[in-house]
Amino acid sequence: MLEAILHNPIAAALIALIGLSLVFGGILGFAAVRYKVEGNPLVERIDKILPQTQCGQCGYPGCRPYAEAISHGDAINKCPPGGQATINALADMLDIQASTLDAEHGEASDIKKVAFIREAECIGCTKCIQACPMDAILGAAKHMHTVIADECTGCDLCIEPCPVDCIDMIPVNTSLDHWHWDLPAPLQLIASDRQTLPAGRAA
Amino acid sequence: MTRAIKLWPMPGGIHPPEHKQQSMQLPLGTVPIPPQLFIPLNQHIGAPAKAIVTVGEQVLAGQLIATADGTFSANIHASSSGTVSAIGDYALPHPSGMHGQAIVINTDGSHQWAPLQDCQDYLTLDRLALLEKIRAAGVAGLGGAGFPTAVKLYTKSTQQIDTLVINGAECEPYITADDMLMQVRAEEIIAGTLLLSHILHHPARLIIAVEDNKPKAIAALQLAAKNYTGEKSAQDAAIEVLAIPTLYPSGGARQLVQILTGREIPHGHHSADIGAICVNVATTAAAWRAVRFGEPLISRITTVTGEALKIQRNIEVLLGTPIEYVLTQHGFAADKALRVVMGGSMMGFTLPDLSAPVIKTTNCLLAASKKELPPPPPAQACIRCGICAEACPASLLPQQLFWYAQAEDSQRLQAHNIFDCIECGACSYVCPSKIPLVQYYRAGKGMIRQQTAEKEKADRSRQRFEFRKLRIEKEEAEKEAKRAARKKAAEEAKQQLANRKSGAPTEQQPDMLATALSKASQVQATPAEQRVKLERMLQTARNGLASARAPLVARNPEFPITEVQLVQQQSRIKQMELKLVEAEKRLADFDAQQAGAASASGEDPVAAAMARAKEKMAQPADEKLRTNLELMQSRFAKAQEKAQQATADGSPAADALQKSLEKMQQKIAETEAELAALATSEVIVASVTPVEENAAQQAMAKARAKAATLTGMSDQEKQAEQLRALQSRLQKARERLQDAERENAPNIEALRIAVSKLEEKIAAL
Repeated sequence: MLEAILHNPIAAALIALIGLSLVFGGILGFAAVRYKVEGNPLVERIDKILPQTQCGQCGYPGCRPYAEAISHGDAINKCPPGGQATINALADMLDIQASTLDAEHGEASDIKKVAFIREAECIGCTKCIQACPMDAILGAAKHMHTVIADECTGCDLCIEPCPVDCIDMIPVNTSLDHWHWDLPAPLQLIASDRQTLPAGRAA
Repeated sequence: MTRAIKLWPMPGGIHPPEHKQQSMQLPLGTVPIPPQLFIPLNQHIGAPAKAIVTVGEQVLAGQLIATADGTFSANIHASSSGTVSAIGDYALPHPSGMHGQAIVINTDGSHQWAPLQDCQDYLTLDRLALLEKIRAAGVAGLGGAGFPTAVKLYTKSTQQIDTLVINGAECEPYITADDMLMQVRAEEIIAGTLLLSHILHHPARLIIAVEDNKPKAIAALQLAAKNYTGEKSAQDAAIEVLAIPTLYPSGGARQLVQILTGREIPHGHHSADIGAICVNVATTAAAWRAVRFGEPLISRITTVTGEALKIQRNIEVLLGTPIEYVLTQHGFAADKALRVVMGGSMMGFTLPDLSAPVIKTTNCLLAASKKELPPPPPAQACIRCGICAEACPASLLPQQLFWYAQAEDSQRLQAHNIFDCIECGACSYVCPSKIPLVQYYRAGKGMIRQQTAEKEKADRSRQRFEFRKLRIEKEEAEKEAKRAARKKAAEEAKQQLANRKSGAPTEQQPDMLATALSKASQVQATPAEQRVKLERMLQTARNGLASARAPLVARNPEFPITEVQLVQQQSRIKQMELKLVEAEKRLADFDAQQAGAASASGEDPVAAAMARAKEKMAQPADEKLRTNLELMQSRFAKAQEKAQQATADGSPAADALQKSLEKMQQKIAETEAELAALATSEVIVASVTPVEENAAQQAMAKARAKAATLTGMSDQEKQAEQLRALQSRLQKARERLQDAERENAPNIEALRIAVSKLEEKIAAL
């Protein structure tokens, strides 16, 4: 038997190859079971890029569900709070074409806002507390509520349920702690280039 | 002093025009105390101090007016005596032009000092006590960064400090404040150096480094070190006053440490991590004054220079003095000045608002003319010459950083170590295209910091959101579990009921059926027997009544008959009476039926039963309810007694009994309400139609409706309604009693009791 195999190089090669494939197949199969990755790691990475406002403007109930949707092939341009920066980051990570923000889901705004409850008008109905995805509203039934400004993501979700319309979205003032230098004006072009720059007049 | 000490070269560096002579022509001067001092709460790196004075308070010079908020903060003291006139937002010497919290003091001009605690010999004091003194005096880095000095000197046990560098390099153009200080207060610097050496466990080397363009300062320091006679520990190393080559920016802490020790501070570390501490000369002197005299930091030496001023010199100025005031004292020509810069020409920034005050980090005020600091020429495109990289003292790649900052690529900026940039401006200075490179780096750093903060917030938001989701899910699961348990219990009960039902027919039902059948046959078979039975019933009822009416005899002579027993007897009598009435009635009915049956013989017994049922229905519903009520009341009385006993014995059943009592009370009240409703409805029903078959049902429905309206009413309304019902009932009961009396009916007694009870109830209401 052994002699026959040794004398038949094709059979020997076949046996060797089949043997190897069986061994490695076994190792890979074991690894696939033993080192199985829990959950979808891609969702985690997408979720990290999303701004976590949990505003639901994308049409999903929170950033993580949207991350899951993106991992299943949904468009990446449905996040107005993240704006173009988030779209670019997502496109970069997923290695797809960056698109512009889908206006259907709202417009991007550079001004950060936080909810503010006009406390004199609050009737203590707790509706906004139930609506807040961040647990950023403090209060109890029939007692005045207030917003923890540091935790508020400015998602707007508390405005609609308020029966007395006592919630405003106010822009966050930049304080000295948050101030930083702006980029200088873009480099000036030489005169001949400058003239062709305005759109429409360019040949 | 040995001169053969090796110095190491620093990478990069430039030689900008020094412009230091003009401010060194005049001796150290002062400006008068301004009428108002604006003292910002944040003059240092870290958290703003917290104001501890109130508006209208009198303060003395050196009095603490704001305390450090946390470790990374510094105390703030009143710079002169006067009254606190306001605490609010005022202009700050900050490139943003933003306003910040400041305490305004209206000075009285006397500059009266608060009592200070001096210290003759600091060597006797604990190091921590010395650090506390420096901290209390609010000393922060006077070189320009404003790092709280006590924090810098509080080294970790892992950081073995072997070199103390006192930084007198002062490399930036125009600034001569440290030069002046070293010339006039050399002894203070020497004493301060020894003090810091003591605090830092006597490092092996004590170096005072001065750029070699300040020979007078070097000479003064060397002389002071030689003639020093103050406190000195035996362990202290000899002070080396070193002249280092003039090169911008050798005065940067990282650069100076590298020049003096040859060791480069690694990325993300402090100089203390490589065993060196670098302290500015002015800070050293201030620390010494804080320990020696207990003197807080309320003034500093500042260079006032620039071609837009008539007088250019160094002045000792109170912190909080408005910059405008300082400039006016030096013949400031506003039309000549293009801009006023705080700091030197390389690293300073243009002041957006001249009403901002001098603070701890104001080392120079430069009122520059157009000729001195011309507006930056328009930047040209980068020609990739690479001179910036040669000039960079931090060995960075300014050109790459420029591209990435322009593209706002924070990842690549960090990969190129943008945070190691000290913003010295050497690259911008050498750039042939005049690109304001440092501005790009500052913007880039700001962008990264902002992104980091946003990311942190996003992470926190994610955590909060996920936690909330988890919480809601948990709540939902709990609710679901409860619901399932309830459903299961209901199903089990149903099952049990079904079992009982399905089990009965096999065992019990035949019996029941048999008895029912036999009963029916009995009834059908012998009407005579039935009559006998009814008569017997009547007799037993009479006997029962007689026995019940018999006067109560106490079973035990020691215990008198209680009221409860009496009530019980009464109710028993009533019950018997009712039974008697019933028996009589049934007998009469039977007789009448027998007569009817005789006249229409052979009639269906079913029809007869129907007729009986009809009759029964026709019987006034309120009569039935009333009997019910009486029964219940007697039961209630019994239960009450039991409950009382149980509570007296402290038996565990007391609670249960009490509960059943409550339930009974409720039932009684319900029946009463029904009765009352019936009493009112009866009149109407009677007037409209003769008693209907389903009158009882109707009345019940009405009573229910009434109860519903009652629950909707307020307590007062309820009470009024009850009162009205009771009154009408009383009226009726009285009428009935009168009738009974007239006819001498057997139920007089019961009616009387009912009337008295009703009266009691009304009184109670």
